Amino acid sequence: MHQSLKTTYTQDISLFANRNAVISYVVLIVALLLVPAVLGEFYVGELGGVFIFAIAGVGLMLLTGYTGLVNLGQAAFLGIGAYTNAVLMTKGVPFVITLPLAGLVSALFGVLLALPTMRMTGFYLAIATLAFGSIIGTVFQKWTSVTGGFDGFAVPTPSIFGLPIAGANGVYYLSLAVLIFSIWLVINILRSPVGRAMVAIRDSEISAQSMGINLTLYKTISFAISSGITGLAGALFAHYVRFLAPDSFDILLSIQFVTVIFVGGLGSLHGAILGALFVRLLPQAIAIVRDDLPFGIGRMPGLEPSLFGLVLVLVILFEPLGMYGRWVKIKAYFKDFPLHRRSSMRRQKAYARSERLR
Amino acid sequence: MEDAARLLQLVINGAAGGCIYGVIALGFVLIYKATEMINFAQGDLMMLGGFVAFSMIASMGMNYWAGAAVAIAVMAVFGFLLDSVVLRRVIGQPQFAVIMLTLGLGFIFRAFAGITFGYGSVTFVTPFTNKVEKFGDVTIGQDSLSIVIGTVILCAVLYLFFSKTRLGIAMQAASQNQLAAYCMGIPVRTIFSLIWGISAAASAVAGILLAPSTVLDVNMGFLGFKAFAAAVLGGFGSIPGALVGGVVIGVVEQLAGYYMPAGFQDVTWNIVLLLVLIVRPQGLFAETQRKKV
Repeated sequence: MHQSLKTTYTQDISLFANRNAVISYVVLIVALLLVPAVLGEFYVGELGGVFIFAIAGVGLMLLTGYTGLVNLGQAAFLGIGAYTNAVLMTKGVPFVITLPLAGLVSALFGVLLALPTMRMTGFYLAIATLAFGSIIGTVFQKWTSVTGGFDGFAVPTPSIFGLPIAGANGVYYLSLAVLIFSIWLVINILRSPVGRAMVAIRDSEISAQSMGINLTLYKTISFAISSGITGLAGALFAHYVRFLAPDSFDILLSIQFVTVIFVGGLGSLHGAILGALFVRLLPQAIAIVRDDLPFGIGRMPGLEPSLFGLVLVLVILFEPLGMYGRWVKIKAYFKDFPLHRRSSMRRQKAYARSERLR
Repeated sequence: MEDAARLLQLVINGAAGGCIYGVIALGFVLIYKATEMINFAQGDLMMLGGFVAFSMIASMGMNYWAGAAVAIAVMAVFGFLLDSVVLRRVIGQPQFAVIMLTLGLGFIFRAFAGITFGYGSVTFVTPFTNKVEKFGDVTIGQDSLSIVIGTVILCAVLYLFFSKTRLGIAMQAASQNQLAAYCMGIPVRTIFSLIWGISAAASAVAGILLAPSTVLDVNMGFLGFKAFAAAVLGGFGSIPGALVGGVVIGVVEQLAGYYMPAGFQDVTWNIVLLLVLIVRPQGLFAETQRKKV
């Protein structure tokens, strides 16, 4: 793989890669702050949805991309966050308290799931989290006294210190703030010894263990932070949809979250954002071009899920590093333009170790 | 006495449903034993098998047995191609890449079936539809009986295949030790594709057996997740374990539906699965293993 050149020792642990990165991020944030003034309400609302998925994606990226643990029950944490937030708000608790509480309750459930599953690896963990997500989803449907069952649950309008957060713009700014907070949080975790331990666990559990890393502890921390961030996304999701249906937190939503990080690019926070953009905007893009497609392709039911599946399959087969990996390659190509060589970007052959007794 | 009869009825219905889970789990286990891959699209393969049988029997007017045989053959070829074209490329990638790949394939299969056969539910007439056998107090539908008998026949055929034929023994060898199998001149890659073919054919059998007792629809593949519970309960990697696990899950599900409050039936398999993973992760029938460094 292509290596970036390092000129100082602090570069490895600095918050930003270089001065240019700081400038470009500031420009990006200013541009995002100005978006509601330029675009119509519909697009602002869609972008708010993208941000919420990106928050959940950042949470899942910490778990899957950096700790190497799969979670196919992420929608359950989103649901726990959403219902915690909504139920507490109807009880009259102000939003500034319910938002962190939603994250906290989700994190607690994350620890609860982590404790029994931490000995599992690979597909056992995937199946166990799938089962957990399915149980929580059924609880939402059957616990009608709290969630309102299939009648749904109307979410009250939040306000921060008397300032109501209404409409697409309110959700947009709120989600942007929480997204920036969660990215900042995860970057700082990754710079710290905790984050380094997580990456070590991802790369090899056995060598991490022999370096003295407490596997159970760090995996549990990763699970807790990941589900906590997803809980925050859930609280925002409640305000985004404004009407909670108990069957919206199902396995398909969990698979969408995993698609976010796989298509975006495992092991990079940029990937979580790019993946969220892809997953949320693909349906809109299909809706826009639907009528212009030949042979009535656009009218075929099931076009959207099949495209999701197809993109997922193609990404795993041909670009395992996802959209961000492709972007890095394109950037490197132009950086050393006439001198670019194909082999400098050749994918390293990975060999999964057999789990059988040898 | 009536309670005993009802209990027996529940157990038999559960066992019949459980056989379906068992057959799907058998598909997982065959693939896992050979290639260490987990096929999350196994349930969707079952769905496709059911729909191919439907199009042969109901749309093209074939005889039930001929249509079923064609559907099984079609799915076997499909499974073979699936491995040799798609899945072979991800060997060596991390395990969750395979999980996501097969989940994505499941989406594609579901959309393909939906576009080809429609999103409504369909059914076709079989020799077993709406017929019952009476044994004293107990009434058993021929659909349930056919599932149990079909599963037994499938298992007998697979057992004879794996223990008596050259090809079956070559498959056992390839899944026990790839390198040694290569050295003995076994074409391991072709063998793996053939195992995918057998696994897809077994799923098609499950789909065809399920047809008399329920309607076919595009989302029936989610049944495949229940088969995970069966496979895990039997200890991933044990074929008899998968079948026993399936029957246990089916019976427990029926009993939970009758004796427990509403909603428990839907999550029985989840709870059994989590309990097994927590209490006895190696399953009921697994040979104990410890990974060496």
